[in-house]
Amino acid sequence: MPVTTYLDAIREAMIEEMRRDPRVFLIGEDVGSYGGAFKTSAGMIDEFGPGRVIDTPISEVAIVGAASGAALMGMRPIAEMQFIDFITCAYDMLVNFTATSRYRVGSSCPIVVRGPAGGGTHGGPFHSLNPEAMFMNRPGIKIVAPGTAYDAKGLLKAAIRDDDPVLFIEHKFLYRRIKEDLPTEDYVVPIGKANVRRTGKDITIITWGAMIYVADDAAADLANEGVSAEVIDLRSIIPFDEEAILNSVAKTNRVIILHEAPLTGGAGAEFAARIAEKAFDYLDAPIKRVAALDVPTPYSPPLEAAALPDKARVLAAARELLRY
Amino acid sequence: MTTPLDTHGLTRENLLAIDYFLRLTRTLEERLVALFRQAKVIGGLYRSLGQEGESVAAAYALDYKQGDVVQPLIRNMGSILVAGAKPSDIIKQYMAKGDSPTRGRELNIHFGHPDRDGFIGQISMLGDMIPVMAGITLAGRMQKRNLVGMAFIGDGASSTGAFYEGMNFATVQRLPLVVILENNGYAYSTPTAKQSAVKTLADKAHAFGCASEVVDGNDVLATYAAAKRAVDRARAGEGVTLIEVKTFRIKGHAEHDNQSYVPIQLIEEWSAKDPVVQFEKALVDAGLAATSDFEAIHARVRNEVDTATDEAERSPMPRPEEAGMGLFAGDGYWGEG
Repeated sequence: MPVTTYLDAIREAMIEEMRRDPRVFLIGEDVGSYGGAFKTSAGMIDEFGPGRVIDTPISEVAIVGAASGAALMGMRPIAEMQFIDFITCAYDMLVNFTATSRYRVGSSCPIVVRGPAGGGTHGGPFHSLNPEAMFMNRPGIKIVAPGTAYDAKGLLKAAIRDDDPVLFIEHKFLYRRIKEDLPTEDYVVPIGKANVRRTGKDITIITWGAMIYVADDAAADLANEGVSAEVIDLRSIIPFDEEAILNSVAKTNRVIILHEAPLTGGAGAEFAARIAEKAFDYLDAPIKRVAALDVPTPYSPPLEAAALPDKARVLAAARELLRY
Repeated sequence: MTTPLDTHGLTRENLLAIDYFLRLTRTLEERLVALFRQAKVIGGLYRSLGQEGESVAAAYALDYKQGDVVQPLIRNMGSILVAGAKPSDIIKQYMAKGDSPTRGRELNIHFGHPDRDGFIGQISMLGDMIPVMAGITLAGRMQKRNLVGMAFIGDGASSTGAFYEGMNFATVQRLPLVVILENNGYAYSTPTAKQSAVKTLADKAHAFGCASEVVDGNDVLATYAAAKRAVDRARAGEGVTLIEVKTFRIKGHAEHDNQSYVPIQLIEEWSAKDPVVQFEKALVDAGLAATSDFEAIHARVRNEVDTATDEAERSPMPRPEEAGMGLFAGDGYWGEG
């Protein structure tokens, strides 16, 4: 019986890295004795003390700014956003100071900013953000978005050990719903590598985060219809695994890009453009994007469900492409 | 007849060193103006004329061998000279040269690594460096290095949210941070009265619960003394101090700005209180230095600035193919680390 939740995987990654490397510390709101709003850091202050599990004022600029300053001095800070939505409060600091540090002045600024993202939990407009696209056009910050407990742990360790800033997007819908058996030994999942979750030959679904399960479900339904769908979990948004994307498209000739963030200007637009530029000759149908409506995420369950992408929309898109 | 002078523990050697940095700042800026007029300085040029005193004096209160870190704003070139920045590097920065510290990626005094250099350049989003300096001093405490950070911030930047967040966090954490709030009368064209309703900017310290002090920024020794008290408190674990230095921007916001919005009487009034002239006069009056000492310093400074200018002028521009390099570790561009 699998025992490690997606949330536990994140905590274990932090604890193991803090044991391994005295430069690693956690800083954020309510991360200390309270253990974090989602209990992601539960018990950590008991092992590492308030000097390495630092409670802060409600002050995202101070959290990201202080983490960045400490990183310049050789530390390896993990900055927690209580909800990833609040990263917008620190957007200036992150994109202007932290992300540019190496390119501008040659100073490594290896911070991890992590926090709960995503919808499906009735969090409403300010507790449901999928922030990846906001950062894709501001070079200098890596972006990862794990969908499994294995990847959450392995990517967080890779992010902490990385010499550059990493935005680690956790999907809170998955926190306690996903349980897996994880290796007992230390491992990392390399940043920039996709995972082919399911191999297929008729159509490719490229996705990440919690949407990998929507893609899985859609692929299972398509299999019942005799359609073989390939599901690619991108895992890393910046840098992204272009080779995996192009190889799959070359094989299936049809592609859906599925993401939970709004459609317009979403990360899918970049991947679609890349496919159009580099694999146009392989396409037998237009590139299709399935994404959220172009609205803030609404609170009420019927509205939220209607705003976010789901299996039915993926299936409709797949059938449209297969008919093309 | 001499006039007694409280030098706050500074020796004659220290005092002459301060004068050297004051003169170096002024002469180097004058050289940059000349290069600007020759279109060799291609970006904005921001003078600190009339503010060299507080920049140099405050930064002189730090101990760079101890690992102390100073963070200048655009008008605090003097502070990084005190910390050890090379004039040739500064000129190369302004001239966008390929062998400047930032290899042509960044402007003016936006350079320096806190650990390696003892100073760190600002970014243009004003206020952001206060949280960053909080993090630098936090790291120093975690690493048990007993270092002190000093951040400069302007009257205008003290309106930003980042300033408040950084000050609040640093004070809550009792971090060893000294914040020099330069009140030079104007933020670009906006007078301080339109910036903040408090009459005394140091009163903002009450919002944080940190120590504060107000000092005449054109009085070099008074500024040094205030900064030294704050540095000593910080090093002793007594936390943050906000020091308002009252001074005046004699020139416009940048070289292109004719500051028509500043009443001429104010410029005349403050020009008469030139911090460098006042400092040198005080030393002579106290019998601590002679005119010949200053002449020797001026000659040395002119010579150093000439040499630095020659070096910068000979430097190459960056190669265009470097534009895409050095964003992330791994391409070896910065020699890594």
